[in-house]
Amino acid sequence: MKRFIGFIRKEFYHIFRDRRSLFILFGMPIAQILLFGFAITNEINNVNIAILDHSKDTSTLEIINKISNSKYFSIKQIISREAEIESVFQKGKIKAVLNFEKDFGRNLIKKKSAQIQIITDATDPNTANSITNYINAILQNYLQEKNKSIQLDYQIIPQTRMVYNQELKSVFLFVPGVMTIILMLVSAMMTSISITREKELGTMEILLVSPLKPFQVIIGKVVPYIFLSIINAAVIVLLSIFIFKMPVEGSLILLGAESVLFIITSLALGILISTISDTQQSAMMISLMGLMLPVILLSGFIFPISSMPAPLQVISNIIPAKWFIIIIKGIMLKGVGLAFVWKETLILIGMTVFFIAVSVKKYKIRLD
Amino acid sequence: MGISLSNIDKSYKKQIAVRNITFDVNPGELFGLIGPDGAGKTTIFRILTTLLLPDNGKATVAGLDIIKDYKAIRNSVGYMPGRFSLYQDLTVEENLNFFATIFGTTIAENYDLIKDIYEQIAPFKDRRAGKLSGGMKQKLALSCALIHKPKVLFLDEPTTGVDPVSRKEFWEMLKRLQKRGITILVSTPYMDEAALCDRIALIQDGEILAIDMPQAVVNKFPKDIYNVKADNMYKLIQTLQRYEHTYSVFPFGEFVHYTDKRVIFKTAELQQHLESSGLNGITIAPTHADIEDAFMELAKK
Repeated sequence: MKRFIGFIRKEFYHIFRDRRSLFILFGMPIAQILLFGFAITNEINNVNIAILDHSKDTSTLEIINKISNSKYFSIKQIISREAEIESVFQKGKIKAVLNFEKDFGRNLIKKKSAQIQIITDATDPNTANSITNYINAILQNYLQEKNKSIQLDYQIIPQTRMVYNQELKSVFLFVPGVMTIILMLVSAMMTSISITREKELGTMEILLVSPLKPFQVIIGKVVPYIFLSIINAAVIVLLSIFIFKMPVEGSLILLGAESVLFIITSLALGILISTISDTQQSAMMISLMGLMLPVILLSGFIFPISSMPAPLQVISNIIPAKWFIIIIKGIMLKGVGLAFVWKETLILIGMTVFFIAVSVKKYKIRLD
Repeated sequence: MGISLSNIDKSYKKQIAVRNITFDVNPGELFGLIGPDGAGKTTIFRILTTLLLPDNGKATVAGLDIIKDYKAIRNSVGYMPGRFSLYQDLTVEENLNFFATIFGTTIAENYDLIKDIYEQIAPFKDRRAGKLSGGMKQKLALSCALIHKPKVLFLDEPTTGVDPVSRKEFWEMLKRLQKRGITILVSTPYMDEAALCDRIALIQDGEILAIDMPQAVVNKFPKDIYNVKADNMYKLIQTLQRYEHTYSVFPFGEFVHYTDKRVIFKTAELQQHLESSGLNGITIAPTHADIEDAFMELAKK
């Protein structure tokens, strides 16, 4: 046991004396969470739009007021001719143009129907979609208010409610994703690098010719990173609670336990990577290409798995991060307990056991 | 408690590393593996330290089989690889402490064994190992390999890249360790260090050329050997290489070591030949063969 503690103390020396790894360990999680939280967002806020009003009557004025009063849009320009639309878009600031037809108000009352054209800049399709939806919603709302006085025979009034993230804050989506990425990165990449470093510098040779058993070497390498990853997970959760007001509906203990499970899964993956690579560089490349990209692209973090082509959906099942994201979204946003995530938990446990078994089998007790 | 190898073969893929290696190191002996780079010295070390499995043959270290008893061997030998293999970001003291701990001992417990060596690097004990000079690195590595009182010590080219003074000190240390009953197997590409061993094995291209005491290896040298010198050494070597009676010619420090094909050889005759080739300041004097000459002779066959 004393040997083991001596080994772990040595690992901590390595970590705290290497500025680069310290930065990856502690700088990156904070930087990423702030970046995703503040800068990268799917929400629309204060989108600049232009108005082309051929009618200029009370109805159009009311609608324009309603739109400019919402926090989603700000009216930056009033134009008078169709020909100007193109040039307005080309300048790039205006993301949408509302074009009211001539005699809009009169048509609305007399013909019971009036036309409005919504033109959006679809170079960013997601934003364009959102803008159209938001404007439609405002128009619907306007009509409902107008029709209050008039008795209609039949009417369907849909009452939509977005549960678990009422305000559709994208930071709620990103926090679980970023937490997953960071735990994966720290655990898998850092352990695989630190194990291959011993191979590269030749110190593994001496460790092998010592009474330390291979599993002691591996566990000794991994233990410091378990601690550091737990600290990281805690920092991320605290940041998201206090800075982004993200709720944690479920049990913090369950969240912690699931995070530790995922950390161990990632560490097992890191060990596996170190058994197949001989240099720090190749360990890093395998970690980045083999883990980071699939985590970002296929885990459902950014792109919904349900809208992927079938083969990719199948592949996404073998990515541990997918299951972890489902678990922490459930716990943080929906407040579910273990009863609802036991299946995902079991899958993660199974993967961990598998990775460890393969690494033990592949681990070399000699040089090769 | 020595070392014994019989008929060890090892190849990497298709490349033969060592072939049919057989030798014994007696308990308490200082045994040298002498040979150029790529001769297979490191492979032999790795097989004996249980890091590599031989393709054929048997070997024991301190009476333990290298395949069956590899765990016991790892407990009882000290190994210093050819490349500096300590933690460069740890200080001298931390490195030593670490190796003491993983072998389940403490610096204090075995301090008397490493005292001579460690005292020389103790003033730098708070310096990172990566910032030490070559000689100090080797002393630290030796201290680390000794901290658990090994019965057998494996030193793979411990003096390569070390200055002459530190090399001399290093060998003095080995002699002292030997007096404490530690069996030492050491390899070196420096022929002058071979004379400091009890016995040596000359090795080239994965095969052993000779095993004997250093003096015996030298005594077996079949020819008379001469130190030849001239003002223009380059031209001297070229001239000698073209001379019809030349058996061998090797540059050796400030001289050229020359041997003649003929049984009866007169230095005057050679002197005349060299002078007629336009060389000046010629001296020719008989000398003793040393291990390098013996090695060259054996390697020729």
